[in-house]
Amino acid sequence: MGIDSHSHLRRLENESIHIIREVAAEFDNPVMLYSIGKDSAVMLHLALKAFYPSRPPFPLLHVDTTWKFKEMISFRDHMVEKHGLDLIVHTNEEGVKNDINPFDHGSSNYTHIMKTEALKEALTKYKFDAAFGGARRDEEKSRAKERVFSFRSSSHGWDPKNQRPELWSLYNGRIAQSESIRAFPLSNWTELDIWQYILAEGIEIVPLYFAAKRPVVERDGSLLVLDDDRFRLEPGEKVEHRNVRFRTLGCYPLTGAVESDADTLEDIVSEMLIARTSERSGRLIDHDSSGSIEKKKREGYF
Amino acid sequence: MNKIAPVARAFDLSDYISSQESKSFLRFLTCGSVDDGKSTLIGRLLYDTKLVFEDQLAALENDSRKHGTVADDIDLALLVDGLEAEREQGITIDVAYRFFSTEKRKFIVADTPGHEQYTRNMATGASTADLAILLVDVRNGLLTQTRRHAFIASLLGVRHVVLAVNKIDLVDYDQKRFEEIKADFESFSSGFDFDSSEVIPLSARFGDNVTAPSENLSWFSGPTLLEHLEEVEVGHEHSESAFRFPVQWVNRPNLDFRGYSGTVRGGTVKVGDEIVVAQSGKTSQIEKIVTMDGDLLRADDGQSVTLTLADEIDISRGDILAPVHSRPDVSDQFAAHVIWMSENAMLPGRPYLLKVGTKTVGASVTEIKHKIDVNTFDHHAAKQLSLNEIAFCNLALNESIAFDPYEANRDTGSFILIDRMTNETVAAGMIWFGLRRATNVHRQALDVNKKARGGQKGQTPAVLWFTGLSGSGKSTIANAVEQKLLGLGRHTYLLDGDNIRHGLNKDLGFTDADRVENIRRVAETSKLFVDAGLITLVSFISPFEAERQLARDLLEPGEFFEIFVDTSLEECESRDPKGLYAKARKGAISNFTGIDSAYEAPAAPELHLKTKGRSVDSLADEIVDRLLEDGFIGSDSTWVI
Repeated sequence: MGIDSHSHLRRLENESIHIIREVAAEFDNPVMLYSIGKDSAVMLHLALKAFYPSRPPFPLLHVDTTWKFKEMISFRDHMVEKHGLDLIVHTNEEGVKNDINPFDHGSSNYTHIMKTEALKEALTKYKFDAAFGGARRDEEKSRAKERVFSFRSSSHGWDPKNQRPELWSLYNGRIAQSESIRAFPLSNWTELDIWQYILAEGIEIVPLYFAAKRPVVERDGSLLVLDDDRFRLEPGEKVEHRNVRFRTLGCYPLTGAVESDADTLEDIVSEMLIARTSERSGRLIDHDSSGSIEKKKREGYF
Repeated sequence: MNKIAPVARAFDLSDYISSQESKSFLRFLTCGSVDDGKSTLIGRLLYDTKLVFEDQLAALENDSRKHGTVADDIDLALLVDGLEAEREQGITIDVAYRFFSTEKRKFIVADTPGHEQYTRNMATGASTADLAILLVDVRNGLLTQTRRHAFIASLLGVRHVVLAVNKIDLVDYDQKRFEEIKADFESFSSGFDFDSSEVIPLSARFGDNVTAPSENLSWFSGPTLLEHLEEVEVGHEHSESAFRFPVQWVNRPNLDFRGYSGTVRGGTVKVGDEIVVAQSGKTSQIEKIVTMDGDLLRADDGQSVTLTLADEIDISRGDILAPVHSRPDVSDQFAAHVIWMSENAMLPGRPYLLKVGTKTVGASVTEIKHKIDVNTFDHHAAKQLSLNEIAFCNLALNESIAFDPYEANRDTGSFILIDRMTNETVAAGMIWFGLRRATNVHRQALDVNKKARGGQKGQTPAVLWFTGLSGSGKSTIANAVEQKLLGLGRHTYLLDGDNIRHGLNKDLGFTDADRVENIRRVAETSKLFVDAGLITLVSFISPFEAERQLARDLLEPGEFFEIFVDTSLEECESRDPKGLYAKARKGAISNFTGIDSAYEAPAAPELHLKTKGRSVDSLADEIVDRLLEDGFIGSDSTWVI
């Protein structure tokens, strides 16, 4: 606990806690999207703080595409047990039946079916009226315009031209039956804030963020880690063992690693400070076409 | 290839982290019309402060070829114009938030559109901003919309403005043109009550005077835009106001714990403080201030905590906890400025939902007092309000709520209106003052308030609080100040410690408890005198910071002017005008401040008056000059409405 009570990290923390509590107080059936990554780790930590000594009064939802890194799944189960949380895991069973995978169907189709559709399915199935997401405004241009309380129609769509004005710290949580709100408590955090906070608070994160020797192939300028034997090598590709780590985590065939020797939090933050590549470039799905996040968001992606 | 160079440990990480944490924080918004180059300016700030990553730059070059409006160059505006529709139309249509930081500060920028129909977005950006950059094209000078932007910023309580005179390259960096615009702006902005306003020439496209001084503008001696943003003192508006705690969530993990979770909105709370539930009037004491990192002894403005109380009293979400001696207004009617934000017109009498703090109640506008033309500031009668119109209204609620005037507290004085049918946010409002329900009080009676009484005397009422050791010269100086103010035609009254102790407070002694009560009474009295429209001079030793704070909290922000009359103990003791130090030293008087009772010197008085070697007259002049300079006792409020 080395954070001065007036520092910008405390300001961000206080604002996030306020947002998380507003959602808990105003909605009947909220859920926290838990993607297991560093932003989810911070969001969960803030939720634990917001309600202490009570437990967060909502479950976590993990949309499992079945293509997550094994270490992510074991870390998820460890956190749930450690804090005595409720966890809902949802997978698009129809997609699994049809063997939808990132190799045969392309990143765009695969993401739509196994992430976006699966998420909508889960929100509909459990009748959640509010869902927390760990998105930040600094991540991408269209996210910069996202509200903290982001209204979604009954088909989970986002209309960027018809957003509710959001003034002061007054969030409008009124919705009709089957409509919902996505709440983004980390809206005003930057990537560097996230890492500094993890460092200052000693928050546990998935080991994949730390550099280690891992089996990788180089494909289209990205370094992909072979997490299991479902990974299909293309002709001419060869597996090398390199010291790599992740700046962002998703489905393993779609998440590029970076070469790095940073194996402590201190090293990661130091590396951040001299990085010249923004973190979402490690996510292959964002680059299908410029403006593509906005398209996905309109369809219901986080 | 996403390759990151090996980590160079040339710097010490912990040093770096602590330097990051000591950074201050500024939220600002940019406003100007489509063609003034707003997005380009923000793009320039991000670009020059190295906040643009290599891959974003590559995407930008690609986008510039596709959509760019700047021949051959990288179009920096595309960095911030996020949504596809905007890129196609070449305009900004919504509020976008951007982040950058320098060695000194972290910044959050709200980029808001200039079109008239998007006034609501500018209000949104302004609601959380400390400062507004008003952008103009040097070729056009001040436009109607510049006035509109300044007005909205002022209405939303933004205290600092910068006029950025952009595209100076297009007039060959002409100083004369700049000076004309500057003079125009200064005469017009004096009508607003901004704490600071700065006029800066620049070229966002070429980077002149944005983050670095430019040879092209060698005639300009002021700061670059970034220097000004780094240096401007915005202060913490709520740190001086009274403690407010809107309860968000009742925290009951088990039968043994009952806490109230929320965020402190103004002031400070400490364990043991007496608090009142504003709406019900029930009182208790703070028992614990709970956080996951351990219990705290105090919590300040902005902190999210959970409070437990000594007594089991009925409290629920939407209640406001406040100090017993400094309560918010409680009423089911108030007057407010309302900005209408919906396509569907507002009609008086129609029921809406009103959210203030953590409380949501039914509400309706009972009367539109007048509509304000945002271009001329003229008042007009109105039967209804359309999108982007601003009006001064009376509202009635279906139950009483606790609130403060917006000027006193931006959090407990602001509200939104929500349409009951569509659930849209249809309006934003700023509370001006409460209206009492009592039917035997006519509305005219309410018009005779502090402002009216002060206005009649041509002055803004205030308290000049003189604190210092016995014999420091407080009363002598206060007396001289009062004479000078009288000479300036001001209406004053002097409350003197010794005199009050002969009358109102003659039942009090000099124990700590009695000293606290002594100050509480004089603070309450000075509040009444201020309400009567008088400039009230208070000359009391007032040795404790907490009671001076109490007095400050009782008054509205800007009404309390603390003067620390700093004369050393040795000097006071050698003067000893009433022979009291001699008696105290002999033990004939106990609890004497400076001898056997503490004097807590003010940490941040409005004026620190070092008396050593100076005449009473020069000290009094210094005070009066400062008061005039700060507009503290100037003629009545410059508020434009």
